[in-house]
Amino acid sequence: MTTPTRPILPKLIGERIKRREDPRLIQGRATYVDDIKLPGMLHLAFKRSDIAHGKIKRIDTTAAAAMEGVELVLTGAQVAEFLPPMPIGTPFPSPDHHAIAHDTVRYQGEPVAVVVARDRYLARDAADAIVVEYNPLPAVMDPEKAMQGQPTVIHPGFPNNLAVPFVPGGSGVDPVAGTVDNTAVDKAFAAAEVVISQRMLNHRLAPTAMEPRGVVAHWEPGKEQMTIWSSTQNPHILKTFIAALNGLGDNQVRAIAPEVGGGFGCKINIYGEDYVASALSKRLGCPLKWIEDRSEAFMTTTHGRDLLAYVDLAAKRDGTVLGIKYKLIADIGAYNMLLTAAIPTLTQGMLSGVYNFAAVRSELTEVFTNKMPTDAYRGAGRPEGIYFVERAMDMLARELKMDPAELRRKNFIQPNQFPFTTQAGNVYDSGEYERLLDLALKNANWAGLKAERDRARADGRIVGLGLAFYVEICGLGPSAALPTGGWEHAGVTIERSGRITATTGSSPHGQGNETTFAQMLADQFGVPFDDISILHGDTGVVKQGIGTFGSRSQAVGGTTLMLAGDKVKKKMAKFAAAMMGPGLEDVGATEEDLVFANGLISVEGSPGLAKPFAEVAGFAYVPVPLPAGMEPGLSDEAFWEPAGMTFPFGCHIAMVEIDRDTGELSLTKMVAVDDCGTVINPMIVDGQIHGGLAQGIGQAMIEEVVYDEDGQLITGSFMDYAIPRATDFPWFELDKTVTTSPLNPLGAKGVGEAGTIGSTPCIVNAAVDALSGFGVKHIDMMLRPEKLWKIINGGQA
Amino acid sequence: MIPTEFEYKRAGSIDEAIQLLAASKGEGKFLAGGHSLIPLMKLRLSEPGVLIDIARIPGLGGVREKDGKLEIGATTTHHDVETSDLLKRLAPVVAEAASEIGDPQVRNRGTLGGSLAHSDPAADMPAVVVALGAEIHLKGPKGWRAVKAEDFFTDLFTVNMAEDEIIASVQFAPVRTAAYAKLHQKASHYAIVGVAAALQVSGGVCQSARVAVTGASTHAQRLTSVEAALAGKRLDEATIAAASAVAGNGLQNINSDIHASEAYRRAMVKVFTRRALTAAARR
Repeated sequence: MTTPTRPILPKLIGERIKRREDPRLIQGRATYVDDIKLPGMLHLAFKRSDIAHGKIKRIDTTAAAAMEGVELVLTGAQVAEFLPPMPIGTPFPSPDHHAIAHDTVRYQGEPVAVVVARDRYLARDAADAIVVEYNPLPAVMDPEKAMQGQPTVIHPGFPNNLAVPFVPGGSGVDPVAGTVDNTAVDKAFAAAEVVISQRMLNHRLAPTAMEPRGVVAHWEPGKEQMTIWSSTQNPHILKTFIAALNGLGDNQVRAIAPEVGGGFGCKINIYGEDYVASALSKRLGCPLKWIEDRSEAFMTTTHGRDLLAYVDLAAKRDGTVLGIKYKLIADIGAYNMLLTAAIPTLTQGMLSGVYNFAAVRSELTEVFTNKMPTDAYRGAGRPEGIYFVERAMDMLARELKMDPAELRRKNFIQPNQFPFTTQAGNVYDSGEYERLLDLALKNANWAGLKAERDRARADGRIVGLGLAFYVEICGLGPSAALPTGGWEHAGVTIERSGRITATTGSSPHGQGNETTFAQMLADQFGVPFDDISILHGDTGVVKQGIGTFGSRSQAVGGTTLMLAGDKVKKKMAKFAAAMMGPGLEDVGATEEDLVFANGLISVEGSPGLAKPFAEVAGFAYVPVPLPAGMEPGLSDEAFWEPAGMTFPFGCHIAMVEIDRDTGELSLTKMVAVDDCGTVINPMIVDGQIHGGLAQGIGQAMIEEVVYDEDGQLITGSFMDYAIPRATDFPWFELDKTVTTSPLNPLGAKGVGEAGTIGSTPCIVNAAVDALSGFGVKHIDMMLRPEKLWKIINGGQA
Repeated sequence: MIPTEFEYKRAGSIDEAIQLLAASKGEGKFLAGGHSLIPLMKLRLSEPGVLIDIARIPGLGGVREKDGKLEIGATTTHHDVETSDLLKRLAPVVAEAASEIGDPQVRNRGTLGGSLAHSDPAADMPAVVVALGAEIHLKGPKGWRAVKAEDFFTDLFTVNMAEDEIIASVQFAPVRTAAYAKLHQKASHYAIVGVAAALQVSGGVCQSARVAVTGASTHAQRLTSVEAALAGKRLDEATIAAASAVAGNGLQNINSDIHASEAYRRAMVKVFTRRALTAAARR
């Protein structure tokens, strides 16, 4: 017998493999929802409220319904007859939220009627022909006034517009008993030698995914099956809710997320348009499509952030922080959506940052206003929390005239303290903060930058240095932490040919799972990368799943896939052992000693026994004879949930310069060191950091959702809502440390949101440093040129 | 984009374009790069019944020298203006201003004629052509006519041009001592304030100056007090400072929006006048 020879395959975990997704995306060969075209498909358009708040007096659909090619026009009241209010993921009481408003409109853009027509253009023409009369009500726009019931109350039964009146968090809070013990917090402030107090706003943002939302719903009356294509981050959750609201069994719905052009959290939600499309398809028995346009996306896709904080920090003059208190007011907009109420509670868990604070207290109130509801947006609660902590720490450093890096170092949680339960309530899995801080300071040449800044200032330039150190929550799970379930599902099939087909419930929308997961399996089975295909985003193909959010793909989805692979691998080893026959025993080995590498299954030191991977795969499907006690075939699956969440961390350092004449802020240096645990593909991790930094810096510098006092969205297009361009940034100088997580066998933590979390406070800290000579202690974002110009010219920020 | 229904026609010559427009009985709009018109159609703020595509009319685009003057055809894209060797050599301000318009996609589609005809209060090129003392050449059913740029822009989105006329080209004398300085609005990259200055300098003395502002008010217009403060003066820092200090003093109807208040815009008119003058003086 000859020894089979195979090329030596390199280990792929840790390699910068180019994303296999990119060629189709770059070449326009990807299939998005709008590319789905079905025979007999009709199109939806929604008539939307052009006012922020008002009673619907009258809707006249006559002209619209009379247009040739218009199949159906329904008002909100008519739709409510068969479509119940939308599901909301909050334990608190919540007002009904109908897919289409039928009595009162509560934000600009809220749907009031729907049109079904033969094409999209006609549908829009018909929607424009619907006449709606309102009795306008005052728009509730300021959350602090809203809390006083001013100028009016938005939802009956929710006095003073309180969506969630009061959620305490931190030291001495027993959420189960509902008790609050103030001893620790009071003690901290009684012992304070210095107290920092500041009101800070983490303002409202629009997620602006490159692909807006979209849905195609297809009810097949003969089969009694619904297929729904949607630009979603979580098709399995979509399937569950679409079934529930349509009175169908969940086995009657197949949900497909085709290519998804970005989500950033806003595509976790199941929106009214998804429910209406499915319900009307079921009534009409034909496929229906709705594609959001960009104007609708700004108005009616969930916004992010909008959290106001009153922060008080107590410290000793040597820089030891004794305690910190927060009064948080979340402006959640007009309704609760899936996670609206939960997002600010994630902030509460992050309010001690990377520090060993002796006492932390937060008091959260969530308030209704006449704006688009908020929900998850890249970072979802953690950027807000870290922003408040890192601004407060910076203010303390300035007050004490301490180096901001050294103040942070003094208060770090130490490596030997992990797992560490913070006073804010989270259990941090692992961390080595000082090591990473030192690397960041070295990479930035911190002392050199300070000297450079001082020289620039001596020349009359307005230059500042900022630093922020973040920690965040990734790998969302276990089920106790997520109402949808905190696990993930994966399947691995070795095909007859020896190629591998894997499925994952982590439905990506830009994360690159097809690449990273294939890298993992290639190493696990010792087969070529190109032999592996990763399927996702289709509940008809992927049996179960939760989805992609909270930076959970690698830590939870990746681990689950590896465990499914292990099961198949064990079975494959048995087949290989059977093929090797007594030879295996002769060399004193068992199936457990078999090595999968270079396309072979072999025993170390006995090359003659090696079997080609593909040959073993073929044998498994035609096993003659079938080894005793075995089933044919090579396919298995796994469910897995982590015991807890992972806590990646990092340090971002920025240098900025502000134009004295105009107030324009330019970012001149950006150094980021991030620790996301084990890295599968450094190129993809770098890409995530790049994108995250861009969004985080964007928030600080140029992104802001603005409504006027009547609730009209001023930033309703990219002509007024700025997003960063490459030319806004210097080269990002990236580096990493690796502190593995003990919570999964990969040691991975997560990186999808990291860049967004540290960069925002970093930029604001730098801007405040730059303007410190003008007596500035804090500036609220975004850092509009005019705002900075006013400070420089002696006016108020 | 989901506009209302329209017909599409392509004109092969200026005269055909004018005929098609007349035949549309008020329903027609000229389409060149579409970067002013299409965003309005997308929002259904403009609902033309007929689009008359003039982008491919032979000879209507391009940069050339003509009788000692420079001529830019109406359908020349901003990109072609930005990269024109002729302009870089003989009137670099025009190429530089074009390079600051929008983004590469906008510059590859948008045209000079379209920008001028639309007269967005924050568009860049209107200020440049006013400062250059350019003539805008129009053709209509009654024939040709030329309008001075400073008389062309009259109000918000309003120009001295009949409904049935088409811009054919812009002509101006070569000038090297000219510059454009602009404060970018970070979303649209239109000008919050943009100032174009063209100077006639001889022996270190500014013989005459033409300075125009955009973004600040309803339409691009001359800053005559700045021009007066420069004329006949030695072109030094003190003169520029003094001239910039009066910039925009008489300007009416100052714009105010989320990006910049009236007070800030007024201050920026002075800042960017100084920058434009300084850059022009250095040439």
